[in-house]
Amino acid sequence: MHNFWVILGVWMAAFLTLAIFSFLYKDNPFYKFAEHLYVGTSAGYMLIYTYFLVIKPMLIDPISQEHQWILLIPAFFGVIMLTRWFPKIAWLSRWSIAFTVGIGTGLAITGSIQGLLVPQIKGTLIALHGWNGATLNNLLIIIGVIATLTYFYFSKEHRGFVGKTAKLGITYIMIAFGASFGYTVMARISLLIGRMYFLFHTWIPLIK
Amino acid sequence: MSIFEKFEKIDRRFIFLLVALAVLTPLIFKVTMKIPISSPVKSAFKAVDTLPRGTNILISVDYDPASMPELQPMYRTLLYQCFEKGLKPVMIVQWPLGLPLSINTMAEVAEQYNEMARKEGKDTVVYGRDYVNIGYRPGGVAQVVGIGKEIRDYFESDYRGTPLDSLPMMKDIHNYDNFALLFALEAGSMGDIYVQYANARFGIKIILGMTAVSAPDAYPYLQAHQIIGLLGGLQGAAEYETLMKRPAFATMGMTAQSWVHVLIVLFILIGNIGYFISRRKKRS
Repeated sequence: MHNFWVILGVWMAAFLTLAIFSFLYKDNPFYKFAEHLYVGTSAGYMLIYTYFLVIKPMLIDPISQEHQWILLIPAFFGVIMLTRWFPKIAWLSRWSIAFTVGIGTGLAITGSIQGLLVPQIKGTLIALHGWNGATLNNLLIIIGVIATLTYFYFSKEHRGFVGKTAKLGITYIMIAFGASFGYTVMARISLLIGRMYFLFHTWIPLIK
Repeated sequence: MSIFEKFEKIDRRFIFLLVALAVLTPLIFKVTMKIPISSPVKSAFKAVDTLPRGTNILISVDYDPASMPELQPMYRTLLYQCFEKGLKPVMIVQWPLGLPLSINTMAEVAEQYNEMARKEGKDTVVYGRDYVNIGYRPGGVAQVVGIGKEIRDYFESDYRGTPLDSLPMMKDIHNYDNFALLFALEAGSMGDIYVQYANARFGIKIILGMTAVSAPDAYPYLQAHQIIGLLGGLQGAAEYETLMKRPAFATMGMTAQSWVHVLIVLFILIGNIGYFISRRKKRS
């Protein structure tokens, strides 16, 4: 019986994969079916997950079993988020949003300074001694940082030396975009390889 | 009409077909290639491999099925490495949809390892004693910061609902100080959060295993020594498999990956040559 459900699962997954792939030929009802099924299933899954992994263990159980009444305060703020559906009392949701924005901003500022800005500046203060590969790399990093920052400096017109440095900055940015795009291609092809492997290994065992 | 002009008008579905063939052919005919090892992967592998037996390591499984082909091979190989080296991995999940992947893979790898261990007369691994999965809890940044003080503030129990204090391995684990390093498998922004909060505030060493889309954004962290290793996409996973001497899906997939890359480069070249030829013709 266990095998039956496994096989059924594999066939369903194969059908849905092919249904999604069929869009490459042209839009069709199979694709639409798979797309809608995915959206619906994900929403349902997240709903159940949120209830059983968040609302129940973190709110309902502590209140009903351990009488942690203090949790009613965050619960209240959670509930008033839903008032956005009712225009007359929608302003109440701003209280919750204010909390979220306040906490988010506080955490983001400290995180950005302590965890990003300072270590990255430190990472740019690198040695330029000796003539070897490492020095060349460090030099490229330093020039890249200065040139890219100059490109985003708009208080002075991009002419003359500043203009040339800004142009070098945009070249660095373009190289970064190219590298990112290359990696993105690799990521998408990896997904295709994953699906092909599933179709021709798990479903039709051509790949041994 | 020249051949390049014909290429310009080619039905895009032929391109899809060629890409599909370029992926399938090496997979079916088992074409292999040498996987060169990059320095960020080598340092990641070495950092894990040189840890003393019994060391706790935190593994954050933050991806969903959409990123499985890239990150699952890393997770598998890493878990196997932990079991083989006698390390004690604690899995934590920041993506709700990552929980089933994290649990199933953990169970599969443990079973495979135990089968091999029994054959070779080695110690088997037992859940709760040698590895634990504390599951998913919401919280994001606040949780990452909170774990720096006490993990139980967010995770009172593991993914099965067993209280953490009932698990022998978890008794002395309270915060980042009790882990030698954090290996985060990331399909989104959790990697940045770990680096900016867990590393910056609590000093835990971090290795990132990322999808290829996000990997370029992590290089500045590597350069600034905020992380000690980086695995980028399928290539990173294949390198790790090679270092572990356990070639599997990622190693096999890299041949297909390379074939498609060559094909794409050819498409770009042909497309550009065709474009310049037609532009010249229009001008003349």
